[in-house]
Amino acid sequence: MLQQKSKKGAFLALVCVAALLALVVALENTLDPTKNILLFTSLKKGAVYALVAVSMNLLNGFTGLFSLGQAGFMLLGAYTYAILTIPVESRESVYYLYGGSAVKFSLPDLFGGADTVPGLVLGVLIALILAGCVAAAVAWLIGLPVLRLKSDYLAIATLGFGEIIRAIFQWDKLGPVTNGANALKNFPTFSSFNITNADGQVVFRLSTFVAFLIAAVCIALIVLLINSSYGRAFKAIREDEIAAEAMGVNLAKHKRLAFCVSSFFAGVGGGMFAMFANQAQAKTFTTAMTYEILLIVVIGGIGSVSGSAIAAFLYVAASEWWLRFLDAEMWVFGIKVPFLRTGFRMVVFSIIIMIVVLFFRQGLMGSRELPDLFRRRPRKSPRKAGEHNG
Amino acid sequence: MQYAVSILLSGISLGGQYALIAIGYTMVYGILRLINFAHGDVFMVAGLMMVYLSASLPLMASLPLMLLLTVLLGFVIERAAYKPLRSAPRMSVMISAIGVSYLLQNLATYITGGLPQMYPSLPFLSESVTILGAPTKWVTVVTPVLVILLVLALTQLINRTKVGMAMRAVAKDFETSQLMGIKINSVISVTFIIGSFLAAVGSMLYFTNYPSIVPLSGALPGLRAFVAAVFGGIGSIPGAVIGAFLIGICESVIKGSDWSVFSDAFTFALLIVILVVKPTGLFGEKATDKV
Amino acid sequence: MKKFLAFALSCSLALTALAGCSSTPPSSAAPETGAPEASAPAAQSGDKVIRIGVFEPSTGDSGPGGKQEMLGMQYANIETPTVDLGGETYTVQLVYADNGSDSAKAPTAAADLVAQDVALVLGSYGSGVSMAGGPIFDEAGLAAIGVTCTNPGVTAGNDYYFRICFLDNFQAQVLVNFAEEKFSAKKAYLLGELGNEYDQGLISYFEQTFSGEVVKDSFPANTSDFTTYLSKAVAEGCDVIFCPVSIAYSTQIVKLAADMGLEIPILGSDTLDSNMVLEAAAGSTVKLYVSTFYQEGGSEAFDEGIKAYINGDSTAMTNNGGNDTIAAVTAMGYDAYYVALEALKAAGSPDPAAVKAALPGVTYTGVSGSIAFDEQGDAVRDTAYIKTADTANGVWTLETVQTAS
Repeated sequence: MLQQKSKKGAFLALVCVAALLALVVALENTLDPTKNILLFTSLKKGAVYALVAVSMNLLNGFTGLFSLGQAGFMLLGAYTYAILTIPVESRESVYYLYGGSAVKFSLPDLFGGADTVPGLVLGVLIALILAGCVAAAVAWLIGLPVLRLKSDYLAIATLGFGEIIRAIFQWDKLGPVTNGANALKNFPTFSSFNITNADGQVVFRLSTFVAFLIAAVCIALIVLLINSSYGRAFKAIREDEIAAEAMGVNLAKHKRLAFCVSSFFAGVGGGMFAMFANQAQAKTFTTAMTYEILLIVVIGGIGSVSGSAIAAFLYVAASEWWLRFLDAEMWVFGIKVPFLRTGFRMVVFSIIIMIVVLFFRQGLMGSRELPDLFRRRPRKSPRKAGEHNG
Repeated sequence: MQYAVSILLSGISLGGQYALIAIGYTMVYGILRLINFAHGDVFMVAGLMMVYLSASLPLMASLPLMLLLTVLLGFVIERAAYKPLRSAPRMSVMISAIGVSYLLQNLATYITGGLPQMYPSLPFLSESVTILGAPTKWVTVVTPVLVILLVLALTQLINRTKVGMAMRAVAKDFETSQLMGIKINSVISVTFIIGSFLAAVGSMLYFTNYPSIVPLSGALPGLRAFVAAVFGGIGSIPGAVIGAFLIGICESVIKGSDWSVFSDAFTFALLIVILVVKPTGLFGEKATDKV
Repeated sequence: MKKFLAFALSCSLALTALAGCSSTPPSSAAPETGAPEASAPAAQSGDKVIRIGVFEPSTGDSGPGGKQEMLGMQYANIETPTVDLGGETYTVQLVYADNGSDSAKAPTAAADLVAQDVALVLGSYGSGVSMAGGPIFDEAGLAAIGVTCTNPGVTAGNDYYFRICFLDNFQAQVLVNFAEEKFSAKKAYLLGELGNEYDQGLISYFEQTFSGEVVKDSFPANTSDFTTYLSKAVAEGCDVIFCPVSIAYSTQIVKLAADMGLEIPILGSDTLDSNMVLEAAAGSTVKLYVSTFYQEGGSEAFDEGIKAYINGDSTAMTNNGGNDTIAAVTAMGYDAYYVALEALKAAGSPDPAAVKAALPGVTYTGVSGSIAFDEQGDAVRDTAYIKTADTANGVWTLETVQTAS
């Protein structure tokens, strides 16, 4: 009975996601790309943040490990992706301070170059997977000592880790690999997936679609993990470590697994972020970025995958698009609206966040998922994730 | 020699200023088990207030007013952002702290228009002095002395007065002390008031030394002070002070070495090592709920 | 009720912070948006409007520089608010997008300009954000004129990015020549922000060109304690200090050097050419030399005009750091605006594609010298001004004019 229901649910979810992707393709090719550029930029960034937020939620919401290292893992992913995909012929100009790169190959070139379809698709795909792997490997290493810590101590240790990674990547001695302080660029981005004709004019836009596709596949994988027996073990750890251990859950193993998987997807998200931003530069991946992602998780509801995804889009759109008018002077009937000037947008935005944090503690979804909203009467939502004053 | 002296001096004065911030962290953590991420930003706001107040008021008026307003700010933050979440999970309170920190930084950006503000120079403190051939400001000399005086006063307060006793009780056992009739909320408010006051004094010393204030000025000293608090054993005031001096001196020495790139990273590496090896820090009490 | 109370408290929290600063000095109490008053009535004329995008930071650590650069554009816009294209008069309107000195936020800020139908874009101060926004302009087919982004990566590989300033390698070479000629420097101390491509790029070029020995240090972002670094320069016996850092850091470094009574000359790049830095050095014995694009006195008419503008507008005054010393970036912003007008005239229409096609052929003689573009889109420039801080009078004086050699 239960089995059947979840199968039906999975099928429905698949249909919904396919419909969403189709809608994205349709929108992108019917709307004027110049007039709506903010929409598409926000959608792309939203897709990236949705993936990273879900990966953070896996750790913070489902396993109850409060980690603040997300930006550090994104940085690892972004750099891995960029280093592996910059075409060989532009390495000289990108690494101009170091007289070329220490890495002499490029994944898309191995498959026939970034201009060809297999080169682009395979190159980007493999680079993104490797980006995740590097992040996961580093996560495994630092997880050895750090995962023994609990709650806020873990948070602070992972936060510190993010800062250390950033300093290492900015170190000029590693310049031939990381390009020091300079940004890595000229690698394939989302826009590289737009299909162009011989004159270089875009005939079919796929850039936003690609962002959505990668994010959707990754989030689907995370959902599968959460619904597996591993996921149930994660939740058991979150609710009560001692009880979980008594039930035969191997704490160390499961915590490490959650940490590595979360970092893997943060790494992929980092690679995608580089694709979105058209460059990878260590100084972008600050603690402030981790906080942003954490706030997305909170707004969406700790312990809700769909909540994190929706909140990511709302957050990006609100902070970078809808509230933008607050930064400019405005005249209404010849009277200047007070307070409006550069910086006001972020003030309003942070007040909104405080209101959500204080008065809507469940966030958008609490720990429910999107389909729960359509059931007749959602059960009283279970206690919030990570709720143990320990 | 002169170089070594100047590094040491700068380390000691940095350490003293971190110490004043670290006490705020450690006291709040001891009582609420909350890392008050906004504490560093309170420190920055205190600096900005001094800039704006001293522009229109004489020093004699602006200095006390700055201290008063900072204390008020700390009090209001606790009442508005942390008190409603007292029964909520710890993570929620921490997120609220991050939110407050975000709000304060954005407010500062808005008010200053993103322009760095110059801290007014204070008489005596800003004047130059030469110690063993190393030029510095009087504030460098005054800082450690002032820190020690304030810490002595604070330990007296905690050990000898009724409020102090209540604070110790709350730190030991939150719920039981509530049952014993201690007014938890006022004890917590007092903690925040003391913490903010020390942060305000710290900001006065710090910004006299490094006079330019930007909205992110508080972030780094705040984090370092937190590391110092953990280093010394969170919850312990002497621990926080000693930890802060050690962190300040280490930072100065690393900056002076060939590894200056990693001066920040070192602080955090130290933190991770301490947390893993000796989670209670140098002087921390043994407590089971920390690790 | 409780919730209401907490809400009221959180509002009062915001207010306290505001109130704490409400007794602001009159200069910053005034509204200080980037937009000058002129832009509001500009729309009333009702005739045809051309929009020029201004892609500049007004917050973040490049905020002060971005604001000074915008001042030049705003003044130029007031001076010449219209342009004639094909017999029709268009009103030029500046449209602003704050990229926040942050390359993560730059793409959306750039997208904002694209969506607002601008004919071309000016900016940005700071190379990192220009590089992050560049591909967005490239994709939208919108030409961008970099004003003072000196990193080679800005125009390399981007057909739509042009710039009117010299490049980092030229600037570093000029300063090396100056250090070797004036101070016969054998040992230099190089200090930059960790992970900042502007600082580190200049430092690398300086190191490559400099014949003597160098000591290199990087400080992490948001550092405010520079004592150790300066003491190290003294202890190492360096002949010059080269610190091409952003305004926020350079004010601190110069102020500290002034307090310490540092005797080693400090060399700075174009970012240090700011009256805030000058103010930090005022009344001390610090020796400060900066390479820059423009020296006050280069054009009498411009100097007088912009000083009158800055003195007459309290917002502009605040954005310029509280006095009327002209920053080189302001002159560059002024020139950039006129280059944009020239490009529009050459294109004959506000169509971005036509503007882009016309831009490579544009030549213009501005207050900072003559401007023409090479095939990369970089300005052909061979002159840099080196000026020194006259600390007694609080003004910049011209030290020498250096050309590439």
